[in-house]
Amino acid sequence: MSKKNDNYESTFWYRLKYWVNGEEETVLEEESERHEAHLKRVAIEDRVYRAFSEIPDDGEEQEAHYRALKKELYELSEKYKTWPEKQGVKIFDRFYRIFAVILCIGIIGILLVTVSYLPQFGSANNPNNNEVSKRYIEKGLEETGATNIVTGMILDYRAFDTLGESHVLFISACSVLILIRVDKKRMEDMTQEELDEIRGEELYEKNQDIILQKVAFFLVPIIMLFGIYIILNGHLSPGGGFPGGAIIGASFILYLNAFGYEKTRKFFTYKTFSVISIGSLLCYALAKGYSFYMGANHLDSGIPLGTPGAIFSGGLILLLNICVGLVVACTMYAFYSLFRRGGM
Amino acid sequence: MLEHLLDNYYETVSIILFGIGFTMLLLNRNLIKKIMGLNIMDTAIYLFLTAKGYIAGRVAPILTAGVQEKDAFINPVPSGLVLTGIVVSVSVTAFMLSLTIRLYRRYHTLDIDKIAMLAKREDL
Repeated sequence: MSKKNDNYESTFWYRLKYWVNGEEETVLEEESERHEAHLKRVAIEDRVYRAFSEIPDDGEEQEAHYRALKKELYELSEKYKTWPEKQGVKIFDRFYRIFAVILCIGIIGILLVTVSYLPQFGSANNPNNNEVSKRYIEKGLEETGATNIVTGMILDYRAFDTLGESHVLFISACSVLILIRVDKKRMEDMTQEELDEIRGEELYEKNQDIILQKVAFFLVPIIMLFGIYIILNGHLSPGGGFPGGAIIGASFILYLNAFGYEKTRKFFTYKTFSVISIGSLLCYALAKGYSFYMGANHLDSGIPLGTPGAIFSGGLILLLNICVGLVVACTMYAFYSLFRRGGM
Repeated sequence: MLEHLLDNYYETVSIILFGIGFTMLLLNRNLIKKIMGLNIMDTAIYLFLTAKGYIAGRVAPILTAGVQEKDAFINPVPSGLVLTGIVVSVSVTAFMLSLTIRLYRRYHTLDIDKIAMLAKREDL
């Protein structure tokens, strides 16, 4: 049987246990704080009392002196209460600025010294042009079927990484939606001014600029076609899902600016956003999961690679590009409409 | 050393840009300007990565009919990394801007010090 410790509550293990459990040791801390505050108050009162008793017992004078002393003490305490907010912040700010500038210059200097030791710019013998990039360039075409080696790399060798990227975009769109969406419940809490702003925008949308509408009428299909072209040719030429999706999103944004929310809502709502985004992400995950399952290095996915240079080549790359493009287009449009008005 | 810096001028410029972005991040009190500084830092990193991937006299790694030699292409790995970086930077910027909007709605200021002060006063 272990020995009983009388001072158990102040031992290290007891406090550690409390800390691990997430419980604050309220009793001890508060008690000591209160005790200290009490001591301080007693000291002040003692000082006042002593000053009070030193002067002769003479009615009004004593009263006045007492009041002056009290006022002095009060002013002193007020000064120390506001000091951090007035003077303290200023001093801290000055020091902070000086140290920030010194830190930045120091960081630039250290990095520049590092850069001066880097190998020659543009030289083929640099250590970063090693066997990895050589292998991608030499075997990329026959293993992935994509003539664009970068696309073959990010959508075949490193397809899992790109899946994560699309999820980052989707999650960020979701968090923006959570943070700044204006729904009916939020509308009730809003002030009249903010409501007027939203309503005014809707009124203003009804008589839009005719020049913008005519230009958008011609431009939107062309921009959208260009985006689709870039997505579909991602494995053949520069481009791919990310830039193509951004271009399609831009065409949506132009359409929204020209024709207003009412018309855009006919084909793009929250439901469309969630269905398209989640559908493409699921499609991507399933396609790549299948590929990973079929061959450990997903070189034997069972899908023919086709002739290099044709649209239907490169195995799964075309499908993955389309999925990524859809996610990016929806996310771009969602960002714009949410930041503009807090809704789609 | 200076000669070498001038030789590697892409890297040098990207480091200076990085420093400018970092200084903006530290010195500006305005939240939007802080986000701008972060984006400048992102851009500096992209410049650095693409500069590291470049090989003088070579073309982008797209196998067209005309060019077939394996030694004609630049390093494709940094290009892929830059693509990843751009996507993440867009997402993070959107998230930060939405947080800024929420802060502005609550405190009606973009000054980080004032926001901290108001938040502290709310706690008391």
